[in-house]
Amino acid sequence: MNFDDYRGVWIFIEQNGGKIEGVSLELLGAGRKLADKLQVPLAGFLLGSGIKSLANQVIAYGADEVYLVDHPVLKDYRTESYMKGVMQLVPKYKPEIILYGATPNGKDLASAVATDLVTGLTADTTTLDVDVDNRLLEASRPAFGGNIMATILCKKHRPQMATVRPKVMKALEPDTGRTGKIIEESITLREEEMRTKVLQIVNDVTKKANLADAHVIVCGGKGMGDIQNFQILYELADTIGATVGGTRDVVEAGWLPHELQIGQTGETVTPKIYFAIALSGAIQHVVGMKNSDLIIAINKDPNAPIFDVATYGIVGDALEIVPKLIQQFKQLRNEKGGEMSYARKI
Amino acid sequence: MHIVVCVKQVPDTKIIKINPKTNTLDRRSAPAILNPYDAHAVQEAVSIREKTGCTISVLSMGPPQATAIIKKSVEIGADRGYLITDRAFAGADTLATSYALFKALEKINKEIPIDMIICGKHAIDGDTGQVGPGIARRLDIPPVTNVIEVTEVNQEEKTVLIKRKLSSGYELIQSEMPCLLTVEKEINQIEYSPMPNMIKAARYEPIIWAVSDLENVDRVQLGLKGSPTIVGKMFTPPRPEGGKRIEGSPDEQVKQLMDILLEQKDVLTLQSSKQ
Repeated sequence: MNFDDYRGVWIFIEQNGGKIEGVSLELLGAGRKLADKLQVPLAGFLLGSGIKSLANQVIAYGADEVYLVDHPVLKDYRTESYMKGVMQLVPKYKPEIILYGATPNGKDLASAVATDLVTGLTADTTTLDVDVDNRLLEASRPAFGGNIMATILCKKHRPQMATVRPKVMKALEPDTGRTGKIIEESITLREEEMRTKVLQIVNDVTKKANLADAHVIVCGGKGMGDIQNFQILYELADTIGATVGGTRDVVEAGWLPHELQIGQTGETVTPKIYFAIALSGAIQHVVGMKNSDLIIAINKDPNAPIFDVATYGIVGDALEIVPKLIQQFKQLRNEKGGEMSYARKI
Repeated sequence: MHIVVCVKQVPDTKIIKINPKTNTLDRRSAPAILNPYDAHAVQEAVSIREKTGCTISVLSMGPPQATAIIKKSVEIGADRGYLITDRAFAGADTLATSYALFKALEKINKEIPIDMIICGKHAIDGDTGQVGPGIARRLDIPPVTNVIEVTEVNQEEKTVLIKRKLSSGYELIQSEMPCLLTVEKEINQIEYSPMPNMIKAARYEPIIWAVSDLENVDRVQLGLKGSPTIVGKMFTPPRPEGGKRIEGSPDEQVKQLMDILLEQKDVLTLQSSKQ
């Protein structure tokens, strides 16, 4: 394998129903930095049916080139059809780095493609950098349940691939004046040869979506003691119009369903206000919330790592502080008028 | 019909400790368990057996002690189990792991043809979720990841109807068999094992294979040698400076906190509920 043949940073542009996923735009922002350091073009590659109009958006968000594979069989994501598209593009154009969003479809595609390309793939990356001298991608992620970070390298194979967590990288401001090259690749696919069929796609406005969109989140940890005590977090959330989430421990204990878990193996959230209550702040949790605007931590242990990422910290017993806080909000509401309640402005 | 469930022995990451001086794992600090997602995979196979009468095998790669999780799988309801164990497998990343399991699955398939493979969505020690799709590619069978329901198994048509979780919602997929599924925890509840299963599990001796028991193995693709990814370094991220501590009695703390929160006027505002 001649590594010099491999040049350029590629981003998988995931689209669902003709709409580009947010994580793909974030990756264009992160990929731009890597491509500039390596002094190579940044490309987005886009598969689907009737998706040509999306190419300009990919350029506006930072790409120099867009590779398009447009075919009716690619209408809905399927591993077998999409990977055929990728396997046609990658060996032909030989990028040195490929990044995918760590979404169900992005992870599925990257895992299948890595096997056929016989190359390395780092999962759920939260930090990206390049060693320019050796042209090595440094993909870091929390490891072993999330108490430590590991940097994963792929020295002897190309392309170097990683899936990246949504909401940890920042998208660039779109620049509609940017220009780029659009390369259309034709492909032969036959529906009869497909072994899987997507019969129906059901979009669910679930609690999970609420968590991702919430402006205020009240997140509780195992330090709440038990599931009964945990309920006061719901009272606080109801009072101020927030959404409740929990740590991995809380979900494993069965106090909350998995879709309300915040952290590396749960949701990544970026609300305006984040209450971290009675949780220690393991790395696995912190990577899922550290980009929140205002972080308020309440914990008995003055040395809890959550205080390091908090904007404001209160060393104290959540079971004492939280009821007082609820009381204060309710009192204020009563002073300002009985029919009022706190709500988040969108 | 024959289902093979791939299972992994993992350290219980809730308990594992890191030596802060060397940044290495203290594996002795954590008990080894059956990866929780894999337990759901075995349970799902048991549910499918209730409707189809299929045979359930489990397969694991790991150290000799990993026979414990095969016994655990038998306790949940698997009929039989294989462990591939060999020093040559050590240090395998996801690519080398999927190759080793693929070679074992080829051999199992010769003994009893496989109609479906079920894996957990990911293992809690690596959190990658890459081995399942890797196996599917090597066997050239369709992978369906993030499965939350096996809706219907049609043995005559050799098809299966599956609900697959998406970022927002789910999709209904029909796949031909053989296929490979990776399952989410929410797919089922692990049931209490009936006494006969427990007795069977206690006495069960898994089939153990070394590399030499497998056929046409390219040793270069195994273990550390066959792994394109390496861990460059392990580190604890630099501790951020941290924010301001709110001091005082609980009442004073809450009062100061209220002042801070009420400054966030664009987020926390009093609005009439009658709007």
